[in-house]
Order: sequence, then C-alpha cells, then structure tokens
Amino acid sequence: MRPIMMVVLGTNVRRREWLPSEGPALIVANHNSHLDVFALMNILGLSRLRHVRPVAAGDYFLTRPLRRWFSTRIVGILPIDRTKTKRDCDGKHPLEPISEVLRAGGIVLLFPEGTRGEPEKLESFQTGVAHLAKRHPDVPITPVFMHGLGKALPKGETLLVPFFCDVFVGEPLNSTLPKKEFMNQLDTAFSKLSEELPVQTW
Amino acid sequence: MNLPFEVRVAIASILVSLFFASVVSLTLKWRHPQRDFTELRERVRTWWVIVGFFSAALFVSPAAAVCFFAFVSFLALKEFLSMTPTRRSDRRVLFYAYLSIIAQYYFAATSWYGMFIVFIPVLMFVWLPTRMLMMGQTDGFLRAAGSLHWALMITVFSLSHVAFLLKFQVAAEPRIGPDFPSSDAITYPGSGLLLFLVLLTELNDIFQYLWGKSLGTRKVAPSISPGKTYAGLIGGVATTVVFAWVVGPRLTIMDDTRSLIVGIIIGMAGFAGDLCMSAVKRDLNIKDFGATLPGHGGVLDRVDSLIFTAPLFFHFIYYTYG
Repeated sequence: MRPIMMVVLGTNVRRREWLPSEGPALIVANHNSHLDVFALMNILGLSRLRHVRPVAAGDYFLTRPLRRWFSTRIVGILPIDRTKTKRDCDGKHPLEPISEVLRAGGIVLLFPEGTRGEPEKLESFQTGVAHLAKRHPDVPITPVFMHGLGKALPKGETLLVPFFCDVFVGEPLNSTLPKKEFMNQLDTAFSKLSEELPVQTW
Repeated sequence: MNLPFEVRVAIASILVSLFFASVVSLTLKWRHPQRDFTELRERVRTWWVIVGFFSAALFVSPAAAVCFFAFVSFLALKEFLSMTPTRRSDRRVLFYAYLSIIAQYYFAATSWYGMFIVFIPVLMFVWLPTRMLMMGQTDGFLRAAGSLHWALMITVFSLSHVAFLLKFQVAAEPRIGPDFPSSDAITYPGSGLLLFLVLLTELNDIFQYLWGKSLGTRKVAPSISPGKTYAGLIGGVATTVVFAWVVGPRLTIMDDTRSLIVGIIIGMAGFAGDLCMSAVKRDLNIKDFGATLPGHGGVLDRVDSLIFTAPLFFHFIYYTYG
C-alpha cells in the first residue's frame, strides 16, 4: 500500500509535525474513501504504524470473509458495531474497545462522520468522539482534514484514478468541554482547515 | 555506453557546478547564522535529486530515460488534474487521459513520428470529448473538455518532445549539414540535443531570476507575475543566447548560427512558458502546483518553461536536420 500511496496518489501534508508522536492519541479525520486510512497510516510512518488502530464499521468490514481477513489481519481495524448505540446486556459501553486501545497507549484513527458518504462533502459528525473525549480527557485529539481521495476512489467505485491528496493537520482539541461545545469546536476546527483549500468553483 | 563523450563531460560539469552551489549555500549559512537559508538549501538539495535521477536515467539506457520522462509527465498531469476542478462524472475520461501517457511515450520510444505528432492533438482531442458525451452531462462540458485537453497538451504532449529528442536521427539529406562534435554523436545525436534543451531552459530560468533580482525595476506583467522585470527578461535572454552560442557547437550537432537562433527561441519561449503557468496558477488561485519538490513546489512548477521550449526546440531541429 505504501508505494501505491506515494507513487500513484501522493500527499501534500501541512503541519505534519503536529501529529502526535506517540500514543495514547486520538486522530479524528473526515472520511471520503477507503484510501483515507492508508493515507493517514502512510503519513504516520512505519515507526508509529504498530500502534495505529483505525476504527471501522463492524457491520461493513466483518461481513464478507475476504474483507474481514484483510481489514482485521492486514490493516488491523478496531471494529465497532454502528447499529448498537446503548450499553448492551453485559453493561459494556459500545466505545469500550476504543478505550481499551487508548489505555494501552495506542493511536486510534476515528472517522466521526461514521460513513464515507458523498465524495468530498463533509457529513455532520457523530457524537461518539465527544464521549471519548469525556472518558479520556488526557488523550490529545488531533483533527486532520483530508481532501482529494474522494475523487481518486469514491464510495461505490472500483476504478482508481490518480489524484494528489491534501492533508491538513489541525491543533489538538480541548477535551474538557461539555458535549455540545466539544462538537461545535470539532465543526469549527474542520471548517477552518477546509478553508485552506484553494477555491474550486465547479 | 550510449552517451557520447561530450554529453558525459556536460553532465560532469553540471555535477561540479551543483557541488559549487552546495558549497556556496553552506558558506552562506555559516557566515550569516542569524539569517534563514532553509529555502535556498532545500532548493539546492532538490536539484541534486533532480540531476541525480535525470543523469542516472540517461546513463542507464535510452529506454530508461524515456520511462523517466513518462513518469515526470504522469506526476505533472496528476498535479494539474488535482488542482483544476474536474467533474465527478468524468472520472473514467480522466483515466483515459492517464493511459495516453503510455501510448504517447511508446510512440516517442519507437520514433513513430506520425503517431507521436497526431496522437494527442488529434486522436485524444476527438476521443476524450466523445467519451464525455457518453456520460450525458452537458453542464460545464466545454470547460471540462477544454481544461482536460490543455492538461494533456502541456503535461504529456509538450514534455514527450524531450523524450523524442533522445531518439532523434539526422536525415539522409538534411536542410543544413550537421556539425558532429564527436564520432559517437553520429550514432547518438539525440542525447546531446536533449541535454542542451533541458540545461539551457533551466539556466534561462536562473539567469532571468538573477538579472531581475539584481537590477530589475520595470515589471513586464505585474498582474500575472510581479517578479518578472524587463531587466530580467532582456538580461536573461542575452545570457542564454551567449551560453547557447558557447555550448551548442560543442555539445550538439548545431553550428554557431543555429545555436544563436536556438538561444533566442529558448530564452523567449522559456519566459512565455513560465509566465503562462503563472497565469494558470493565478486563475486557479494557488501558489504552487504541488509540494513534490521541496524548495521548488510541484513538478509543474519546475518544468513550466520546458512546456514551451521543448516542442519549439524539437521542431526547429526537426525542420533543420530531420
């Protein structure tokens, strides 16, 4: 994947040095394409790769055998069941697997839009990230805005067309805010980062 | 052993001058520790990478050099398409645009002049809009077709002339008798011409910059590129002409007169190409086409002058000796 990311696609990263150098850390990014995860892993580099766990939809990635094998064995996803939002009967919080990784010092990649959605359009964020902030106030949360991969491989397409991808790293968020303010903060961070893009009118 | 003696000497002198540039930039940093020379040093370092890949490709084999330029075209096309707005429905059309790089460089590598010269301006010009029609979307059709064809013309068609030069052979009865600098050059006249074109185009950029920086006041095109001045243009072209006159007869099959003419062509066209790409960047509201080459910007920012000089130089040579 790494040579494909570097040669076929290529990334323009701004403020790479703001990325967390070690875990525990939470990286939140917007989601346009299956390639997003590989772009982020590529930027984080081999030294951090062992600790990186991308959060992914269990109801999508665990359904077919090949997809399941690739995503759990090769990419090392952290499957979350999107259909469950409440505590189940054994009292486990649905976000507990993420907390476990964070407590173990891992770097978690989270796409709070919850789905890839329309290419290059920002969907509204799910509030799971606010719960995580509340549960782990000491873990830095770094917003990363990505643009371009939705053009290279959008949802539902199989033909990869090469495009450069822009990756803008933002300042770590303030995890101490209450849920609503935290979500506002997240929205502002992303709209600020997306404003760095050159204007495209059509 | 496909490179004639004079080409090897030229590459060696480029490496020596680059070494000199590194020494100067290091001395500057050591003499003025309080000033920031990061960009200069990045620029020099990237030049090492460019010259390294370029000369390695030339030394390995002509095929390797053609592949190298095809890859440069690919990076440039990717930069251009990433920066210009494209319609989502045109994804497949864009894929064909990428595939055309392989065909175009194949025609260059096999010296298939007829196909080389019509493939993009004629065949792709007809085929890509036809493929767009199949998507059935008329919104922004002209803009999409136009900018895609522009992308192919500048990043693939123009740059592939550099690769075709490598395969250039003197015709049985050329208009002007060639002046071979060495016996190897009779079999491989192309590598000298290629090196001459790329070297002169890049030096012209540097000369124009240096002249403009040192005594430029009146601006040529303030709304497009505020850095371009008349002093830079005139001084740059004059230096390029002198340089072409000195290097041309020693490195290539050109005589004194042809070298002087080519010096003027490269000087003027290099300026126009540079300015044209600045206008595109202004239009798109961007500063650089990318960040592939630290200190330079994107690949397109580096080869912008070559986009105009390569086809003009090639067809001048083709007319005179082909």
